[in-house]
Amino acid sequence: MTVAERTPLVEMRDINVAFGGVHAVRDVTIDLHAGEVIGLVGGNGAGKSTLMRVLAGAQASDTGQILIDGQAVDIRNPRDAKAHKIETIYQTLALADNIDAPGNLFLGREKTTRLGSLDDSTMEAETRKVMGRLNPNFTRFRMPVKSLSGGQRQAVAIARAVYFNARILIMDEPTAALGPMETAQVRNLVRQLKDEGIGIFLISHDIHDVFDLSDRISVMYHGRIVDTVARDNVTPDDVLGMIILGKKPDEVTEKDKAVIELRG
Amino acid sequence: MTNVADAQPVSGQVEPPARTSIRGLVAQTEVDLRLFGMLLALGAILLTFNVLSGGKFFQPTNMVTLAVQAAGIAVIATGMVLVIVSRNIDLSVGSLVGLIAMTYALLMTDWLPALGIGADFPFRWVIALAVGGALGAAVGALQGFIIAYIGVPSFIVTLGGLLSIRGVVWYLSSGAAVSGLDPTFQLVGGGAQGSLGGTLTWALGIVGCLAVIALMINGRRQRRRFGFPLRPMWAEILIGAVGCIAILGVAAFANANLWPEGLANRVAGEQGWGAAPESGWKIPTGFPYPIILLLGVTLVMTWLATRRRFGRYVYAYGGNPDAAELAGINTRWTILKTYVVMGILCALAAAIASARLNGATLDVGQSYELYVIAAAVVGGTSFAGGIGSIPGAVLGAFVMQSLAYGLSFMGVNSPGQNVVAGIVLILAVGFDTFNRRRGGGR
Repeated sequence: MTVAERTPLVEMRDINVAFGGVHAVRDVTIDLHAGEVIGLVGGNGAGKSTLMRVLAGAQASDTGQILIDGQAVDIRNPRDAKAHKIETIYQTLALADNIDAPGNLFLGREKTTRLGSLDDSTMEAETRKVMGRLNPNFTRFRMPVKSLSGGQRQAVAIARAVYFNARILIMDEPTAALGPMETAQVRNLVRQLKDEGIGIFLISHDIHDVFDLSDRISVMYHGRIVDTVARDNVTPDDVLGMIILGKKPDEVTEKDKAVIELRG
Repeated sequence: MTNVADAQPVSGQVEPPARTSIRGLVAQTEVDLRLFGMLLALGAILLTFNVLSGGKFFQPTNMVTLAVQAAGIAVIATGMVLVIVSRNIDLSVGSLVGLIAMTYALLMTDWLPALGIGADFPFRWVIALAVGGALGAAVGALQGFIIAYIGVPSFIVTLGGLLSIRGVVWYLSSGAAVSGLDPTFQLVGGGAQGSLGGTLTWALGIVGCLAVIALMINGRRQRRRFGFPLRPMWAEILIGAVGCIAILGVAAFANANLWPEGLANRVAGEQGWGAAPESGWKIPTGFPYPIILLLGVTLVMTWLATRRRFGRYVYAYGGNPDAAELAGINTRWTILKTYVVMGILCALAAAIASARLNGATLDVGQSYELYVIAAAVVGGTSFAGGIGSIPGAVLGAFVMQSLAYGLSFMGVNSPGQNVVAGIVLILAVGFDTFNRRRGGGR
């Protein structure tokens, strides 16, 4: 891969996170290039979301270093991450249900008038523009997002991530709650953003999503990265084996294969 | 993200479909139905007492007294909305009102004279209010710090405040009542002299009307500039007309309240107004100052809650604390600020309470926390967080005070009033919960 020669957009080096006795992330090193999608897969509790929360500033790491464009950066909270153009779409969407779509899109980054009051008109106009691309039929700009459908809520969360010209996008299970039509649309969006040169970490349980969209796939198992592989060099079964056994394909024994048969 | 494949890329500026049903027409006016319903409930309560008392209740003097009694509770309730919306509680407001009221009284009688600032100094009331406001803000900041930064539950911190601050009041005055406030300071308590007077009341009413019209024109212009759906013209005119008539009606009603004959004669004698007219002096009192204060507080707090980042963050935190945190909001600082606002509001309420008493006793503000929380909750504030409005809480305070005042007017004693107040509180919240559930959780 030629991209490997360039300075990565993001590098996370030797990241460790422990919650009490639980070592959620162990010595993880991972990198991401501009215009690349990395599929981050693994079982429940493998540490994918925790690792990404470190990058998003939502979780402090015990050790480790984050580099952006080769420069070490200090990400202590979500504001720091956003300042480095890292945007996150959380699995829970992280929307304030009692507030409308423009309020959520600009939450923490409100547009204000000269006197510092909220400029709701401008925020609504901007929201109409970005939602017009993502979900053209959407009209309920003044309703609390609680009253929106799952797909509409997802669109608001995505709009928030793409509006601020992210360079690095973290998508945690972006299609888990969506129907087939909406899932297809999110896939199109991921391809489009990738073409625009955005680097994307994609966490997904859906192995088809991952194979469809990713350039490389990183498999996590009990807090460690088992391996990071180019998508074209592996089969879905190889990846599934790594997820379940925590071993690289060439380490897998006949006995292990029987286990996969049983669980699969 | 529904049905994008065959969707027409509309600009998103479509008008909502014109509906001819009554519900559709009401929706087009964009009136807050909840608030409107509370206004109707308040009207129904006043009307019922008026009928029960044979028309004696709905007199200007009764209504003005009722409003002044509700003002202190309503002022604090505006802040309690923000505290409850952000999933906290403040039980210490009554004790804090007591502490600040006692501070005002001691400032006027002992502390300022000891500093050589005697009764002849004209701005003692300014000094007193500044000291009271600073004290309230400091106590609020301390409680807010313990809640937001150390993480002790607000119920516990403010319960501790309720107990210990009331104890401090006792130490301040060694248990004695203190009386004798500055005459200027006393005006904030209302009464015939603590009111705007006829001319200014009319002027305020007219300014209020102009403000309503200006806001509506500005809102319409703003919507047109951004191409948002406009409210139909008939709805604009209807709302503007009803608003102006209501404002001027209240002003006229307040002006129908007259100075008591005895007071008018005495002041006339002192000021040399000459002989009384044959029908006696007819001097309208107009809006009492505590109501003007409440009006100002309501406007400022509504502005803070809806037009400023602070308010947006309070509501966002109440709706989803994690989302607020992940959006990069400094949630701890936001929570601390809600308690600082609360402390300043307590200082204002303490000014009203001590001015009415012309001093302070040990139990000024006793049980305020309960009435304030009841007002906020009856006004639609939800303990689940994220939901509540400041005008709603003010109306809630008036609803609760109308019941208490009306019942006492009918000769029901205070235990009986408490029974009714408690039942109404539960009914109001029960009705609201039922409505929200039926309305699809909106």
